[in-house]
Amino acid sequence: MDTVELFKTAGVAIRTNKTRSVLTTLGIIIGVASVILLVAVGNGLQAYVTGEFEALGANRVMVMPGKVKFGSAPPGFGVEAKFDFEDVEKIGKLGSPISEVLGMVVRAVTVKYMNKSVDAWVAGVNQGYLKLGNLEIARGRFISEDMVRRSQMGGVIGADISEKLFRRGEEPVGKEIDITGGKIKVIGVLEKKGGLGVGGSDENSYVLLPVTAARKLTGAKTPAMVMVSMENTESIPVGVKKVKDYFYRRGLTDDDFTVMEPKELLSSISSLLGVVTGALSGIAAISLVVGGIGIANIMLVSVTERTREIGLRKALGGTKRDILLQFLIEAVVLSVVGGMIGVGIGWGLSLVLSRFIQTSVTGWSVGLAFGISAAVGIISGLAPAIRAGRLDPIEALRYE
Amino acid sequence: MKAKEMPVVKFDKVCRYYGSTDNGGEIVKAMCEVSFQITKGEFVAVTGPSGSGKSTLLHLIGLLDRPSEGEIYIDGVAVSKMADARLAKLRNEKIGFIFQQFNLLPKTSSLKQVELPLVYAGIGAAKRREMARSELESVGLLDKLNNRPSQLSGGQQQRVAIARAMVTKPALLLADEPTGNLDSKSGAAILELFERLHEGGVTVVIVTHDRDVAAHAPRRLVIKDGELVEDKGNGHG
Repeated sequence: MDTVELFKTAGVAIRTNKTRSVLTTLGIIIGVASVILLVAVGNGLQAYVTGEFEALGANRVMVMPGKVKFGSAPPGFGVEAKFDFEDVEKIGKLGSPISEVLGMVVRAVTVKYMNKSVDAWVAGVNQGYLKLGNLEIARGRFISEDMVRRSQMGGVIGADISEKLFRRGEEPVGKEIDITGGKIKVIGVLEKKGGLGVGGSDENSYVLLPVTAARKLTGAKTPAMVMVSMENTESIPVGVKKVKDYFYRRGLTDDDFTVMEPKELLSSISSLLGVVTGALSGIAAISLVVGGIGIANIMLVSVTERTREIGLRKALGGTKRDILLQFLIEAVVLSVVGGMIGVGIGWGLSLVLSRFIQTSVTGWSVGLAFGISAAVGIISGLAPAIRAGRLDPIEALRYE
Repeated sequence: MKAKEMPVVKFDKVCRYYGSTDNGGEIVKAMCEVSFQITKGEFVAVTGPSGSGKSTLLHLIGLLDRPSEGEIYIDGVAVSKMADARLAKLRNEKIGFIFQQFNLLPKTSSLKQVELPLVYAGIGAAKRREMARSELESVGLLDKLNNRPSQLSGGQQQRVAIARAMVTKPALLLADEPTGNLDSKSGAAILELFERLHEGGVTVVIVTHDRDVAAHAPRRLVIKDGELVEDKGNGHG
């Protein structure tokens, strides 16, 4: 009997017992769908976190004053740095692979316009911060290199500040606002942003100034944090060592500063998420095993129920191999079809879910779920199929 | 006509024992030293009381069982030491089975039932369909091609089974109590069909305990206690 005929025979048997077939595959469907879904959610989470980190710039490290522990947000604030802007400049001159250094200034201020006032953070940044902070300009323009060089008193305000200070329809760009310590001209407004910005603070209530202007305005002698850009990601370890060695030479210890590497943090977060995803998928995979047991159970029942049919097929010329393959293929078809439906449902659900959270169905999870369901079919179909193949035709034909 | 035609079935001192002495069990001698031969075109009835060894003989002729001693030849080929897969092939090619219970597949059309042995013979779908159709036509069921067994009478079911047995043009049509599950009228019609097939040159062996059925056959083999006790009307020996 050739393979095509074996598949046809299996198809007929499955269609003949529709209800039973559907119920049997249900276990596999649920198992595969949940594996696909959980992996999709896990991957989505990982992709989201990775994306957020990459927006920060993968070739940059941050130097914070004091010893920073994650979760203590905003990090570094309130700790007076034991290094100053002179140090920042010197670090900038340490040479390759350090390409750029920015000593950021952050201060709590009150911003006033006409008779309205609002509490805000003022942050001294440079032209690169727009991309670095993953920000978008809603109106006007961002701080330019020229403005930084000339410490021009022009600032970009966050969406919340703009809403609170200006009436609807009023153009903020070009207006002069009062800020603790002086006056600045609004040159741009940031797009409203969800989530948290650098240091866990809300960028919607920030006033961004050229770093030079911010230093002048606040009178800050030490930076709130230092952003160090390297030539490329590979050179981060070398650059970090140079920065640390500089601080050690200045007599600072590990308690006085913290170097945060996005890559390092990212890889530990992503491996943690990987473990969580793996564990969840493992739990989902248990239902695949249960589904497999269901198939084995039904196939055993089916073999017993069809004993006479097996005897007849043998009498008509079916070999042991023909019978064995017939039942094995039936089990495999059941589980593979179940697997396909499961992939479809899992995929569909993760699409629905992607309206709310980021999900990502990957080729390997589909392949894996599919492979497992086929393997489950083979393993669970094998014992009943062997039993069917071994049946003595005389006994089988006599079976009532 | 050839002077000496090759027998379709030849039993040469065939014995069949069951059980083993391994665990202090006893050996049951179901059949002992049975020798006979059936030539092409014969119509033979095998009779005997129940437990006489009729079924054993049927299984041996049908290649569903092997002799413990002696040798069986089907169309001149010795089968006692043949591999299972080759026996299955031989059953498919040489033997057409008819059962008391019809043994049709449930929820399957007549056409598919008759195609089944051809599937195992490796014949393509289109050819199979054509052969099955013409076989069903010859048993008078052209109007029941797509009916399932549950939609057929007992007599019709048995005729589907006969079509299934004949579709491979076997050397031997082997029937086990073919009228046992039928009323006398359908039974008579089935026996008539056997006679017609016999007249057409088919070798027929019917195993039955029914004297009336056996009376249809020109030659009767009577089995008792596992031995061949009578061979009536054997025109060849």
